Amino acid sequence: MEFFNNLRDALQERQISMKQFMSFVRKEFYHIFRDKTTMAILLILPILMLVLFGYSISTEVKNSKIAILDSSNDVATRAIIEKFRNSEYFSVKKMVNNPSEIQDLFKKDRLNMVLVFGDNFYENLAHTGNAQVQLIVDGSDPNSAKTIVTYATSIIGAYQLELSKIDKIPFQINPQIKLLYNPQMKGAYNFVPGVMGMILMLICAMMTSISIAREKELGTMEVLLVSPMKPIYIILSKTIPYFVLSLVNLATILLLSVFLLKVPIAGSLFWLIAFSLVYIFVNLSLGLLISSIVDSQLVALLISGMVLMLPVIMLSGMMFPVENMPVFFQWISQIIPAKWYIIGVKKIMIKGLGLSSIIPEMSVLLGMGIVLVIASLKNFKYRLE
Amino acid sequence: MEKVIEVQNLTKKFGDFTAVDHISFEVYKGEIFGFLGANGAGKTTAMRMLCGLLPPTSGKGLVAGFDIHTQSEEVKRNIGYMSQKFALYEDLKVWENIRLYGGIYGVPEDEIIKKTDELLKRLGFEKERNSFVKSLPLGWKQKLAFSVAIFHEPKIVFLDEPTGGVDPVTRRQFWEMIYEAADRGITVFVTTHYMDEAEYCDRVSIMVDGRIDALDSPKNLKNQFKANNMDGVFQQLARRASRKAD
Repeated sequence: MEFFNNLRDALQERQISMKQFMSFVRKEFYHIFRDKTTMAILLILPILMLVLFGYSISTEVKNSKIAILDSSNDVATRAIIEKFRNSEYFSVKKMVNNPSEIQDLFKKDRLNMVLVFGDNFYENLAHTGNAQVQLIVDGSDPNSAKTIVTYATSIIGAYQLELSKIDKIPFQINPQIKLLYNPQMKGAYNFVPGVMGMILMLICAMMTSISIAREKELGTMEVLLVSPMKPIYIILSKTIPYFVLSLVNLATILLLSVFLLKVPIAGSLFWLIAFSLVYIFVNLSLGLLISSIVDSQLVALLISGMVLMLPVIMLSGMMFPVENMPVFFQWISQIIPAKWYIIGVKKIMIKGLGLSSIIPEMSVLLGMGIVLVIASLKNFKYRLE
Repeated sequence: MEKVIEVQNLTKKFGDFTAVDHISFEVYKGEIFGFLGANGAGKTTAMRMLCGLLPPTSGKGLVAGFDIHTQSEEVKRNIGYMSQKFALYEDLKVWENIRLYGGIYGVPEDEIIKKTDELLKRLGFEKERNSFVKSLPLGWKQKLAFSVAIFHEPKIVFLDEPTGGVDPVTRRQFWEMIYEAADRGITVFVTTHYMDEAEYCDRVSIMVDGRIDALDSPKNLKNQFKANNMDGVFQQLARRASRKAD
């Protein structure tokens, strides 16, 4: 009998705490919906970022100005030059006769590249199976230089392929480079995962930490702690609205990238969402950890802005390839959750790989999330005492 | 008389520093108990222990009949709390604030609705039901915050410097609300910096360097220290302090 009474009491208590919890979650939504700035950040920022990155910070290079020095002027070189003329990535500005002109051309005509064919190009190719072509590229912007070289080698490679089909002789012009997954080197393929990583972090980590810091600043946190509501519920109720909103944002980004930017989701949508949920979990815990350390909204904003955003932009591989960074920064990039998320999203979304391919990224993120959530809960408990 | 707070040798140490040093006192039902002391004397720490926020290092404390060390849940359920910052949500409407705090303390929904109407009527706030709290004048916020703190009919309400930054007329009105609550049997435990307010209390304790150096009715304290008012009493005691205010 006593057991049943206890059970009834326990259930009743649970019901009350569930009610408390829900009234709290409702209050959080009021805070969000009634603050114009928050609403703007939540709804407009993701769209703005996608469009901004999509149309202005594109890494595609079109209409590069090139000049050509063709000492051979034979059937092979003419065919290759024709291919360059037909490419939208290149516009052939000049035919050069003398190698000594080249240096000046870069300065005067702001050329991006000069293509130099050696003597007897076709003869060498036909007899020895080896021909030389030199690409002289303006390296002052290494990123676009790299892109241009890749375009040019793929054009030459395409000619080589045609030739070998006709003659069945193993010709060798250049090492054949085929661009995997992103044959047109579309910028969007690169930055959509990056923007996803950034937005989800912004919503989860930054907004959560600011909203908890706000309660501390206003003194309402103190009143809540004196109330019979369990601290864990107070904190959980803070994360739920941002969790819901980050799902809305995830959907917005995916819809925009598929229909506006024409980046298809090559792999499983289910695993993409599951993987994103893990990442959201990491960032919510990160937000909790920040808010357990700081007492003011401003500090929360600074920490999430400087300590979180900057490394994500610079070191996550979103803008600059991690492999090209100094070893020290490569090492730092390992502890940035967004880096792992971006790699994973690229694998599923762009390359169309399955779950087994993202197991490393998934486990790293899960591990980070668990460590962060334990650290922040411990810290909260310690701070509240 | 029924005791609602019983404290014996309550102590809190932070490392080598003894914030609260073996304090003992009792508070009776329906009493207005003034808890005074200079900044850094240990008032806040003592109060946080009584509210179940901070576990004591040693000593015993019963609040509303529950042990503050082992039954902090029950303690929290039976007390109300109002801080200096009033702690209402500015971007919530008046009735939303009431509903939220009522809900946190587990007051049933239909009772919240009924009591909200009564409360707004008593305060003369009927027209402000749907106003955002940020649009209310400071004195109104203070009254509302107090009403919210005792909305769930707690046995004891803790007020942490509730009149900071409020003008004298509003302070006077606020004390009338405190008297009303005490008449209804709610014990009021209040800290303050204003010595004229100390005169309004039934009994006053004064903390110096983590100890309670004086505890009696304002009248007896003035006799004991041969002072004209509570300020005189306080000054004499504060001079003993060796600790610096933080």
